[in-house]
Amino acid sequence: MRHLSRRLSQIVPTMLGALVLVFLVMRVLPGDPAISLLGTAATPEAVAVLRRELGVDRPLPAQFGAYLAGVLRLDLGQSLALRAPVTQLVTDAVPHTLLLTLGGTLVAAAIGVPLGTAAALRRGTWLDYVASTGALLGVSVPVFVWGLLLLLAFSLHWRVFPTAGAGATPAEVLRALVLPSIATGLFLAGVVSRITRASVLQMLGQDYARTARAKGLAEAAVIGRHVLRNAIIPILTVIGLNVGTLLSGAVVAETVFTRPGLGRLALEAILARDYPVIQGVVLVSSFAVLLLNLLVDLLYGVADPRVRGT
Amino acid sequence: MSPGPSPGRRRAPIPIVPGRCARAARILPRRTPVLGSGLFVLLVVALALAVPALPLQSPTAQSVVRRLQAPSAGHLLGTDRLGRDVLSRAVWGSRVSIAVGAAVVAISALVGTVAGLVSGYSRGLASDLVVRVVDVLQAFPALILAMAVVTALGPGLQTVVWGISLGFVPQFARVTRAAALAVRERDYVEAARAAGASTWRILVRHVLVNGIDPVIVLCTLLIPSAILTEAMLSFLGLGITEPTPTWGNMIDNGRLVLREAPWLTLFPSVALVLTVVAFNLVGDAIRDALDPRVQEMWVTG
Repeated sequence: MRHLSRRLSQIVPTMLGALVLVFLVMRVLPGDPAISLLGTAATPEAVAVLRRELGVDRPLPAQFGAYLAGVLRLDLGQSLALRAPVTQLVTDAVPHTLLLTLGGTLVAAAIGVPLGTAAALRRGTWLDYVASTGALLGVSVPVFVWGLLLLLAFSLHWRVFPTAGAGATPAEVLRALVLPSIATGLFLAGVVSRITRASVLQMLGQDYARTARAKGLAEAAVIGRHVLRNAIIPILTVIGLNVGTLLSGAVVAETVFTRPGLGRLALEAILARDYPVIQGVVLVSSFAVLLLNLLVDLLYGVADPRVRGT
Repeated sequence: MSPGPSPGRRRAPIPIVPGRCARAARILPRRTPVLGSGLFVLLVVALALAVPALPLQSPTAQSVVRRLQAPSAGHLLGTDRLGRDVLSRAVWGSRVSIAVGAAVVAISALVGTVAGLVSGYSRGLASDLVVRVVDVLQAFPALILAMAVVTALGPGLQTVVWGISLGFVPQFARVTRAAALAVRERDYVEAARAAGASTWRILVRHVLVNGIDPVIVLCTLLIPSAILTEAMLSFLGLGITEPTPTWGNMIDNGRLVLREAPWLTLFPSVALVLTVVAFNLVGDAIRDALDPRVQEMWVTG
């Protein structure tokens, strides 16, 4: 509990910093949001009224104060193009993106951990080479290329999975999630496979692995209960470090598979120069990274009791 | 006899740079895939530099009659929806990728290294500030940060480079800060300080030189990352936009006719993936050669 509260108090200043950065980047935006909304033919009076309505006529510190007060009330402002609260738009989009991020993580763990373990146990054999080549491809092929290949094969050619949308019923949601999750997760699968191979190799040489073998445990139990259990910390660390990349990947996969989510919301907002929405998406994605990292930190404690005391 | 080094046994300082190069030169060519990747990287860089002089068709010349032609003798990689030559566009696309990879790594390495050195070596406000800024920047997914910057500053090569660099600076800052913290209290730094060397001289001649390995490794591993991020931005229509050819916007263009003309997506994808694989393999090999810990694992295995 002390661990949690300390970590929470650490991320608050970072969140505040993120808020300042997002605010500053968005205020650099060239052009007047009022003019871009009303068009260049608008009368100066109409522009002035809208500027006052949007609050962009006030000095920067006052604008930031208002923005900060809004964020604390969970009010991210009003969308200029969609005429809806940004908080509403973002909360509608976030679950789709988080689901895809989770799907990607599961794919990465399901492929990376067995592949890396097998490569370590069969070190130097053809299996090891196939695994390292697979890992290299995983980290080198971008999300959208995986996405388009999967789409071409399993949606257009064989028609097993839908080409667009997120589905309505739970079964449809799962079916629509398969291909985007694979496309999103293959990058991390490559990273996880590499780190699993390295840490399993390291753990195999440890005394406790020898002891476990010496007391007659079956090889599978030695690997599953002792070696992998200890290798999980570096694997979790690598997943934590790549949460941002995973979220970026999910954003791109949303475009390839025409799914709703933060990526779609951001892209539409960018095209419409709807800066409160862009600001909201960027801010929420950074908060998501911070909170997911916190979650990974807490999982350390679950995976390794030694961490809990510290 | 008292223990400790006697003056007569003191060795001359080890020449760091030649030793590194020799080590790298010894290890790298022994592995065929690495050698092949190195040659491929050189080829792509040469193509990117020489493309204006090559006898290629114009990458932007459109033709309604030639649109969506399959690969043939006239157009080795076919034509796109506007009748433009895919081979020419793919080769021109390498220029953007290489330029972005090199510029992003140069800028973020420079800014990140200076920030990391200063914050690792000095104490007080500057140090804390760098750590805080790095923490904040690391909270943003690199692609989303770049999207925000490109939106704020408008599309184009320069803004793409700035946007991606902003996300890469923290990695360099972290690595050099750690290196600076590790050597700050060493005797030779103390000796240099006692001899009256200026802070900048100590930072460059002693702290940086002893912490340069991870920076080099990071440079080689972040070039492919930068290339991939640019490709994603262009694929989303935010980075470098039509008519300038980039692998990312070519793939986006081909996406609309994926079934009718898969070569439009296939060829730029192959170019992108091969380039990134080659850079990654070379980067991994340089890491193995420069990081004694990793190298040991490799040699004993």
